Amino acid sequence: MSSSKDNLPDKPDRVSVSRRDFLKTAGVGSLATAVTAAGAAEAEAQAGPRVVGPGDVPVALTVNGKRVDLRIEPRVTLLDALRNRADLTGNKRVCDRGSCGACTMIVDGRTVYACSTLAIDVQGKQIRTVEGLASSGSLNAVQQAFCDVDALMCGFCTPGFIVAATALLERTPNPTSEQIRRGLDGNICRCGTFVRIMEATVAAAAKGVRRV
Amino acid sequence: MKAFAYVNATSEKDAVAALKFDGIALPLAGGQDLLARMKDYIDTPERVVNVKNALDRTAAPTSGGGWRIGASMKIVDLLEHADIGKMYPAIIAAATDIGTPQIRHQATVGGNLNQRPRCWYFRNEEFVCYKKGGSRCFAVNGENQYHAIFGNDGPSHIVHPSSLAVPFVAYGATFRVIGSKGEREVAAAEYFTMPTLQNVLKENVLDDDELLTHVMLPAPGNVKTGHYEVRYKASHDWPLAFTTVVLAMNGGIVQSGRVVLGAVAPVPWRSKPAEDALAGKPLNEATAAAAAEAAVSEAKPMSGNAYKVQIARTAVKRAILNAAGIKTV
Repeated sequence: MSSSKDNLPDKPDRVSVSRRDFLKTAGVGSLATAVTAAGAAEAEAQAGPRVVGPGDVPVALTVNGKRVDLRIEPRVTLLDALRNRADLTGNKRVCDRGSCGACTMIVDGRTVYACSTLAIDVQGKQIRTVEGLASSGSLNAVQQAFCDVDALMCGFCTPGFIVAATALLERTPNPTSEQIRRGLDGNICRCGTFVRIMEATVAAAAKGVRRV
Repeated sequence: MKAFAYVNATSEKDAVAALKFDGIALPLAGGQDLLARMKDYIDTPERVVNVKNALDRTAAPTSGGGWRIGASMKIVDLLEHADIGKMYPAIIAAATDIGTPQIRHQATVGGNLNQRPRCWYFRNEEFVCYKKGGSRCFAVNGENQYHAIFGNDGPSHIVHPSSLAVPFVAYGATFRVIGSKGEREVAAAEYFTMPTLQNVLKENVLDDDELLTHVMLPAPGNVKTGHYEVRYKASHDWPLAFTTVVLAMNGGIVQSGRVVLGAVAPVPWRSKPAEDALAGKPLNEATAAAAAEAAVSEAKPMSGNAYKVQIARTAVKRAILNAAGIKTV
């Protein structure tokens, strides 16, 4: 299906390599090299502010307090960079369009959709993922509360909800139910266990979330 | 997403220089619209210029008693700004329910104003509509329940997606724009353009190498303001229709006013008939109802969105009641 779409004349921008062609040539190993070399040449030809990419460029991130050095293309999102290159697969890729919240991370104290953030854009910022919430083997209050009240069904949205609830409680330690609803507005649970998620957040607020 | 070269511009000058490029270069601010468009191959820039660090992200008072808001200011910072909320309550009312918390943490004022239409045909790469260089608007004979009910002469029938554009027009804001040919100021009301066959690829007057850098708000003066949104969903969505009114008062009488409707036309829709219906009248429920009726007198709904006429009528009426301090639901 993708190769027939690629042949439509009104899509000149589509990368003109079908999966089949790619598999045929991938064994030779020349394709990737050629793309990277072209990118480097273009970057050098430009005057003015520094142009990097489109090939791999060094990107240094600070994730859960640790430095992570990557070589990735500028188009790689924070979510994909951490999931695919840094083995931080806790936050999930679901809609990939900033509509569901499963990828929610905390950047400089505020929640963001990691799927809608370029990794190259958040260098020098403090990034926290769901992996960074527990300290020395013990869950944080939100994680514990989600377990205690069983605030998950399939669990795929859970990491995003836990990060969003943690960020909310760090900023607003004693939220009203309206503040919880608004604070978790950017996350969706398709199984529909919102009532339990509310309960867990209230329980976690009662215990208090301490920033690790 | 197609691979692109990336520039991290750190000054207005660098940003403009980086945008002047033989291929397609697009500015990236909060990225909440652009990245999604790129993932869907609606836009395939060869170069992306990060302008977040190049443009002003603060708000500052102006010598004339107004405020100047940087295009890079995040929606959350706008919401948390004490003075803007006091002087321009409709701006805060419009910003409160933009997207979701995560979106408000990333999205910028400039990005909100310059986001592309949310029309589902525009957002689907398979539909090559006027806005993508094609020769038809698929909404005309298609699913048009969220499309325009005003300004429907075509060729495109989108509704402008910006929540902030509406109060900015209502407060008489001016936008500062920079580009390779220098800088200019454009009245908010003239910044957004009705579609014609010549300009249908864009929704505003910006050239490819131009950037919106600031929103300048005049001192509001002795005004009463109201803002009302009708939504299908409480969050994560755009309103079906909404209205901002800014009324210059002379005692209890409306001297003159601006009535601007959102999500009903290809631009923030200033309703002259509603403004005429308000001028010289006491600010009360009867005036609000008459102005709302006047506002929808020019409506020309499409095949599937006549229901929006009543919603627009309600939004205008309740925004005026809101300005009058009369409680609405």
